[in-house]
Amino acid sequence: MKQRLPLMVFLVLLALGPLFLPEFYVTLLNYIGLYSIVALGLVLLTGVGGLTSFGQAAFVGLGAYATGYLTTAHGLSPWIALLVGLGVTAGVALVLGFLTLRLSGHYLPLGTIAWGISLYFLFGNLEFLGGHTGLTGIPVLEFFGLKLNTGREFYYLIWVVLLSFVLATQNLLDSREGRAIRALKGGGLMAESMGVNTARTKTTIFLIAALFACVSGWLYAHLQRFVNPTPFGLHIGIEYLFMAVVGGAAHVWGALVGAGLITILKQWLQDILPKIFGQSGNFEVIFFGIMLILVLQRAREGIWPWLVRLVPVRQGRRTVAEAEALPRREMPAAGTVLLEVKEARKQFGGLVANDNMNLSVKAGEVMALIGPNGAGKSTMFNCISGVDPVTSGEIRFLGERIDTLTSREIARRGMGRTFQHVRLLPTMSVLENVAIGAHLRGSKGVLSASLHLERAEEARLLAEAKRQLERVGLGAHLFDEAGSLPLGQQRVLEIARALSADPCLLLLDEPAAGLRYLEKQALAELLRRLRGEGMGILLVEHDMDFVMGLADRVVVMEFGEKISEGLPEEVQKDPVVLEAYLGGVE
Amino acid sequence: MMTTPILDIRDLCVSYGKVEALHHVNLKVEAGKIVTVIGPNGAGKTTMLGAIMGLLPSKGEIQFQDEVQRDIEVEHLVAMGMTLVPEKRELFGEMSVEDNLLLGAFQRYRHGDRDEGKTMAQVFGTFPRLKERRAQLAGTLSGGERQMLAVGRALMAKPKLLMLDEPSLGLAPLIVREIFHIIADLKKTGVAILLVEQNARAALQIADYGYVLETGSVALEGESRALADDPRVVETYLGLGGKKE
Amino acid sequence: MDLQIALLLGQDGIVNGAIYALLALALVLVFAVTRVIFIPQGEFVAYGALTLAAFQAGKTPGTLWLLLGAGVLVAFIDSIMAVRAGAPGRLKRIALWDLALPAVVAGLVLWLEPGTLPLAAQVVLALAIVVPLGPMVYRLAYQPLAEASVLVLLIVSVAVHLALVGLGLLFFGAEGSRTTPFSEAQFALGTLTVNGQTLWVLGASAVLIIALYQFFGRTLYGKALRATAINRVGARLMGISNTMAGKLSFTLAAGIGAFSGILIAPITTVYYDTGFLVGLKGFVAAIIAGLVSYPLAAAGAILVGLLESFSSFWASAFKEVIVFTLIIPVLVWRSLTSHHVEEEE
Repeated sequence: MKQRLPLMVFLVLLALGPLFLPEFYVTLLNYIGLYSIVALGLVLLTGVGGLTSFGQAAFVGLGAYATGYLTTAHGLSPWIALLVGLGVTAGVALVLGFLTLRLSGHYLPLGTIAWGISLYFLFGNLEFLGGHTGLTGIPVLEFFGLKLNTGREFYYLIWVVLLSFVLATQNLLDSREGRAIRALKGGGLMAESMGVNTARTKTTIFLIAALFACVSGWLYAHLQRFVNPTPFGLHIGIEYLFMAVVGGAAHVWGALVGAGLITILKQWLQDILPKIFGQSGNFEVIFFGIMLILVLQRAREGIWPWLVRLVPVRQGRRTVAEAEALPRREMPAAGTVLLEVKEARKQFGGLVANDNMNLSVKAGEVMALIGPNGAGKSTMFNCISGVDPVTSGEIRFLGERIDTLTSREIARRGMGRTFQHVRLLPTMSVLENVAIGAHLRGSKGVLSASLHLERAEEARLLAEAKRQLERVGLGAHLFDEAGSLPLGQQRVLEIARALSADPCLLLLDEPAAGLRYLEKQALAELLRRLRGEGMGILLVEHDMDFVMGLADRVVVMEFGEKISEGLPEEVQKDPVVLEAYLGGVE
Repeated sequence: MMTTPILDIRDLCVSYGKVEALHHVNLKVEAGKIVTVIGPNGAGKTTMLGAIMGLLPSKGEIQFQDEVQRDIEVEHLVAMGMTLVPEKRELFGEMSVEDNLLLGAFQRYRHGDRDEGKTMAQVFGTFPRLKERRAQLAGTLSGGERQMLAVGRALMAKPKLLMLDEPSLGLAPLIVREIFHIIADLKKTGVAILLVEQNARAALQIADYGYVLETGSVALEGESRALADDPRVVETYLGLGGKKE
Repeated sequence: MDLQIALLLGQDGIVNGAIYALLALALVLVFAVTRVIFIPQGEFVAYGALTLAAFQAGKTPGTLWLLLGAGVLVAFIDSIMAVRAGAPGRLKRIALWDLALPAVVAGLVLWLEPGTLPLAAQVVLALAIVVPLGPMVYRLAYQPLAEASVLVLLIVSVAVHLALVGLGLLFFGAEGSRTTPFSEAQFALGTLTVNGQTLWVLGASAVLIIALYQFFGRTLYGKALRATAINRVGARLMGISNTMAGKLSFTLAAGIGAFSGILIAPITTVYYDTGFLVGLKGFVAAIIAGLVSYPLAAAGAILVGLLESFSSFWASAFKEVIVFTLIIPVLVWRSLTSHHVEEEE
């Protein structure tokens, strides 16, 4: 309870606010609330998801103009107008997202700049929207017969909406879909390999951010009771982003802090700057611009993390509840051919990285792929797992051709992998990192996550992650930050993550690198046990003692091609292999 | 090893985030000598070169030509005569071979040294193949030619210390032999060479002195002849089965 | 619409397109070298035009004080860093470029009464005030974040744009200005009258583009910039500092921006915030080129200029809407043709 104390105090003050605050401050708080709703969307989009939009003000405008137009010109109920506004916003966001989210990260913000400008000019030039003068006479909002006439009455609606959005966003981030969202920033390739549809996840958060903005616009229109284009221009869109960044773009409460701070500061600067400069104008932008640059240079995390450090609220040690185990895949019988690579060739421009590669892996065997540095082993791995497809040749998994499938689709079919250069989310807990691996074993979506209706499934996913972590010997580190583990253990974490997906074929890229002797033995023991359960394992490894003691068969590569294949002891004696490893300059 | 070293590293440590990748490494390169650093994959060889060159933040002391480097800047080191041929070559793929070479002399040109034409003729003398390909884009060269261009480009700076990161990586044995002959020949021009290699036999053959790096620390060091015969090298480096890189 | 009008609109479109082409080239250059999406480019356009206009109105432009202030700030920060790094040798350069140069420019402006000088001298002085702001902006806003993601750099760009627009309002007020044309001459070309300024714009753009082409193709510094754009690590290993390349590309971009402003100031009234929209149209062109190809960017710019002038005839109120909506089909085409593999940051 103690850690909730600051929140409780905040909520009580917020509830009592309108009872004793003067009108001016109630109005200010109303605006802070409205801006926070938009900034919250940007926290999800920019701070968490690593995407960004300068065009949120235009989405606010869509919400405001939809209700402004429909309620005045057609006498529709504001509630129906809200639905229409949300529909239009969703449509625009989906089109824009579809167009830009597949391109590199900066096309979305550039697209939103153009779209922000276009819509602003459109609002100002369409006759039926009242041109630059706008629309007046927007009706009062009625709530179960209660008319929200004044700012004091509206206050509660705004803040209830905002706080429920905050709660929903928090819930969402603490869920299966939330982990996928948090993986977007810096872990997209890994997430795809774990079965996350990153394109859809990106579109989803862009959509959520747009819908939040639309709701804010709808509220704004009924609070002001008139709309004109000014508050929906590009500069206001930039200000929203500014609020999120200054407040702390990676934290839901950062949105409120940022919106509050900027709104108050703007009010103050607009009062005093014209007096200093002796002329009127939007001079506060000079300060906002400089302040934003300084925040990005000096405190990229924004104000919220700094505030949190002032009030030491430590999260209690969490536990993972026991839950029913997830259903498992039917394992192919030992000896079944899982993977077959035929005549695979991979070319990067003029460079041939793999050529003429043939190999197969059966259920219940460990196949090792070895060769000197730069021989093309990791490239082969990326081809097999669909991260970077082959140029030509054929790859079959469980009899099905997979060389044209994406890494996500291949993961779904039961292939798990680890990466040569560890790919995990360093600030997320070990447990959550591993739970990403189990992404495909859950199905509950964004909506049930926001309402926390998926707790049963979530418990099963986390219990599975915990079980795999205990299995690989990381049971003591469930709640540590993944980035704080030594590199060797991070590699082991990746194995647990791959196992959470319940694969029948495991691709391990240098799993033993960085491990100490005893840890290596434990790892070898684990892999033997997995083999005993019928798992097929394809292994790239440099530690020859480890490989030779574990592998059933070995393929040796050099210059992108297979130079030898056979039992470990055969390969060890092959003069071609000796030459490849030790160099032939005599 | 009595003369003053051109490069003297004391107590060098490098960390990636919370993980330390290089622990308290001490290493010396004498002027005009070839020193090699060998060791298994992931031992921290490339990391060490990155730290010396100022590409990675590090702790410890790096002394180059009697000057202790504080707050090292790559550009400054290049101007002082240190160059690195990185593992990935890092050529300018969409520019011609000639332009790539020319840019190798950038720092000298900036400081008023305008004999890049003469230096380029010398480089073409060392690598006749590059002369044939002078107008070709670097991105269209074969693996061996790329390595030659990378070394040639580094030589355009007229370095006092040339650092090579795995020059044999991904090259066919014949080309490796050619490259190693050239490296051995370079020594005659007086340049000191720090050679990081996985190809232990070849490296120890042309080097004067060697270090064995294992999991971020120097495990062994000594005259390269002695090192090549040292059973501990075979054990720690080449593996018990006699075939570990 | 008859042929006469079409020709007139075409002429307008090509003139504007030439300006957008210059801006687009600068944007592509800055992005390739520094990964900065240079939104404040437009402010350099406005600063160039309005600084010249201030001379002609007999006023001292506020940009001069900005130059002096920014110079002092850069000198202050760099001196501290030089002393900390134990490299007092850098202090001489700092004093020369960040203090002495702005002081000399200020001395000339205050002493010469630029309004009375020939136009060419005015242009040179205006450029001498505005262009050094380019590398200073790079030093203050971007250099500390040089390794940050494209997205962070983009947000910085927007912040710089905000600050510079606000300063523009402070320096030049909300009133727009026009400057005297480079040439009052008129030429008849069939039924079409071409005025001298049009030829100046086209000629100057062509000369600048050719000069840039020569710079990148023939000079070592031009090649060094290209090298940085192609491979940043490789360039550093050759001793081409990313900071040097960044400052150089910002100098070029500021020069191109300010000169574009000076070219259009006699044709259109320039306000403190005009540059933003002009710059963004350069952007639409640069995006058509995927922020990489110079020739495509120039072609895209002409297309934008023509689209703008014809839509101002048919639907003048929706001119901006139409131009900025052009980006949508462009993005469709880009997203269909590019095979983007996510870069990890």
